[in-house]
Amino acid sequence: MIFLIQQTLLYAVPLMIVALAGCFAERSGIINLALEGIMIFGAFIGVLFIRTMQTNETYLAAKAAGDWMTLQGLELLAMLAAAVMGAIFSLLLSFASINLRADQTIGGTALNLLAPALVLFFIRIIANQNTLQMATGDSASWFMLKKSTFGVDKSVEWGFFKELLLNKAYLATYVCILLFIILSIILYKTRFGLRLRSCGENPQAADSLGINVYKMRYAGTTISGALAGMGGFVYALTTANCSSNGDVAGFGFLALAVMIFGNWKPLNIAFASLLFGLFKCIASAYTSLDINGDGIYALAQLGISSHLYRMLPYIITLLVLAFTSKRSRAPKAEGIPYEKGQR
Amino acid sequence: MENTPEYVIEMLHITKEFPGIRANDDITLQLRRGEIHALLGENGAGKSTLMSVLFGMYQPEEGEIRKNGKKVKINDPNDATALGIGMVHQHFKLVDVFTVLDNIILGAETTKLGFVQRKEARRKVEELSERYGLKVDLDAMVEDISVGMQQRVEILKMLYRDNEILIFDEPTAVLTPQEIDELMSTMREFAKEGKSILFISHKLNEIMAVADRCTVLRKGKYVGTVNTADTNKQELSNMMVGRPVQLEVKKKPAEPGEVIMSVENLRVPSKIHKGDAVKGVSFDVRAGEIVCIAGIDGNGQTELIHGITGLEKLSGGSITLCGKNITHSNIHNKSAAGMSHIPEDRHKHGLVLDFSLEQNLVLQRYREKRFQRYGFIKKDAVREYAEKLIEQFDVRSGQGAVTTARSMSGGNQQKAIIAREIDRDKPLMVAVQPTRGLDVGAIEYIHSQIVAQRDSGKAVLLVSLELDEVMSLSDRILVMYEGEIVGQLDPKKTNIQELGLYMSGSKRDSEEGKQ
Repeated sequence: MIFLIQQTLLYAVPLMIVALAGCFAERSGIINLALEGIMIFGAFIGVLFIRTMQTNETYLAAKAAGDWMTLQGLELLAMLAAAVMGAIFSLLLSFASINLRADQTIGGTALNLLAPALVLFFIRIIANQNTLQMATGDSASWFMLKKSTFGVDKSVEWGFFKELLLNKAYLATYVCILLFIILSIILYKTRFGLRLRSCGENPQAADSLGINVYKMRYAGTTISGALAGMGGFVYALTTANCSSNGDVAGFGFLALAVMIFGNWKPLNIAFASLLFGLFKCIASAYTSLDINGDGIYALAQLGISSHLYRMLPYIITLLVLAFTSKRSRAPKAEGIPYEKGQR
Repeated sequence: MENTPEYVIEMLHITKEFPGIRANDDITLQLRRGEIHALLGENGAGKSTLMSVLFGMYQPEEGEIRKNGKKVKINDPNDATALGIGMVHQHFKLVDVFTVLDNIILGAETTKLGFVQRKEARRKVEELSERYGLKVDLDAMVEDISVGMQQRVEILKMLYRDNEILIFDEPTAVLTPQEIDELMSTMREFAKEGKSILFISHKLNEIMAVADRCTVLRKGKYVGTVNTADTNKQELSNMMVGRPVQLEVKKKPAEPGEVIMSVENLRVPSKIHKGDAVKGVSFDVRAGEIVCIAGIDGNGQTELIHGITGLEKLSGGSITLCGKNITHSNIHNKSAAGMSHIPEDRHKHGLVLDFSLEQNLVLQRYREKRFQRYGFIKKDAVREYAEKLIEQFDVRSGQGAVTTARSMSGGNQQKAIIAREIDRDKPLMVAVQPTRGLDVGAIEYIHSQIVAQRDSGKAVLLVSLELDEVMSLSDRILVMYEGEIVGQLDPKKTNIQELGLYMSGSKRDSEEGKQ
């Protein structure tokens, strides 16, 4: 059970944060189709950052001494680096769609094509292979919170919640959840959030009230880029063992689906990403799922083809979108370039 | 209050150019404290441009703006707000999915650490709404409330910002007569309190009723400013158009003949929701009469006409035209059976905008023998025919018959459609908002053409949202409300107030003869 919840969270959290990224861009009026590309880019930057910093004396010493605070610090710094570079990467989209009034769908697609190509190009130069990995060790040994991290012996039994939250977990997961909550509150309770949302619904109205639509759209898209870049790295860290190969398994597009399913609302997005996370978790770990702890792997014994399990998250995406997209309501002005003075 | 300058806002010698056009040419407008000042002009006269300059959306090339005698620079709407200038735009600037309260405070939020203080704002808005009798539901979504209430939200937006100079851009176009009365009394109350109001309109009745003074613009130029007490409608409209205009429609009493079209229990599905937009409508149109469908926009008039003309599939009922059942005929056969149609959306259904004028004029007739042989268009015959119509109906355009329809003015586009449809000489003419967006001169012409059609024994089915047009042009009024005909009125025996009650659904004829 603990394993199931933890695995679900591992998949759900990057999805959640990237869907929120999409939400920030679209609520400001820019369709950010480039989520996938920005994730790929962010993952690359994060992994590269860790790979480079790892060999630094401080961190090698910290690793040797088991100084987990310092290592978590490195993890947070890498997240920050991925976020900053994701934000910078997203400026390409902002510039094209806000200043040049380009078609946002095409702009986003261009970034999606650019990112994997660019990333693979650099990986081949840096590592001379198709995957960029950590310089030494793996993400689990460096960054995962375990009983040993807290100086507790493996055999000691913790309570349910302590086991769930602190054993074999990543700090990044909780940082993302915290960020998610803070940003959701910002979107709904602050002046900035109110103005941002008005730009995605009726930019003419916002403009007539003295709100700078261009600035707001830049802000929305940049926050979106930062979150997507961070989400990409968190995905690479927690599910791909901190490696980058120019691919995030369609998570950016899945996040778009989650955003639409969540009707552009943070709370719904959180639920939707948990649902998708659950299916993704079943898909990748159904052979080792032991739901009630009796040692029987029920899903594996059903005899259903493994392909079906792997398809599950994507089939669910299709079905859910087919049934809910009719009722969903996108921000009205999304995708429409805003031109001042146009009535 | 000593030494207060006479004018609260002065716009002196404003000139604003757009590529190829001088939208404002040396215009001067002076607004006194506590007055209601009307700004009158036809479409394209430059009213909206002038107001956008005042509101900081455009920068003028020449001229200056003064507040209380001091020169000010207005770079954007924020500056305008800071000077106490507020505006109710013609197309409301509201966010549909925000609550009324959020819409009012947007852009002028009180915050603590960046957090919006909604409670405080609510108290202020409630106080204002009470004081001026502007009833709104603060927690309702804007998309769920009526147009009248949306306008109250716009007014509250200005009051919330403590604006002293209020601009109303064509505020009555979307309102029922009752709502217009309410708006006028609210405006008078503001003026009494010392607020100054600029009221943009091309409706003479309203200007005469509510304004103290009136500035008239024509084709971007300043014509003059007059006291409404010293003038009359005729004089104002002459100033606006630049020549004497016939305001009243002149016509003889109708002499209805045989039934031309009979509609029985017609139902047309809605595009917006699942049900029917037209819910079982029955009526006749006779030769030699103008029957007008009145109602507030969106009560099924568009769908009814689409059903009759064949643009939309019916979900029930029948239509008989000249004794022939055309319920299930296609558009071509319907119009061939005896119907001409001046459509509501002249760009979408009336013209092929990128075709030339002559091609547009033969759109329904190119199949006729006189215009084609073996499928090839006879260019000379088309040209000759087009030139005849252009002359007869005085359609003006840059290059005559070969002008692209898109480059023509709205009035002349409409004239071209009317020329084409009248010349087809069918017993029934369906005209939907034939004067929408046109200026007084063009309206005068189109009205006279419609009356001439009636007098020559044609049946005319007219749909109009303009109450003045409904009252003056029609011989019989059918009022539509929520997809049903709720009343049949005689324009000679009713008045605008009664018509308004029917249109807003607060009154209806007894339902005899219907299910």
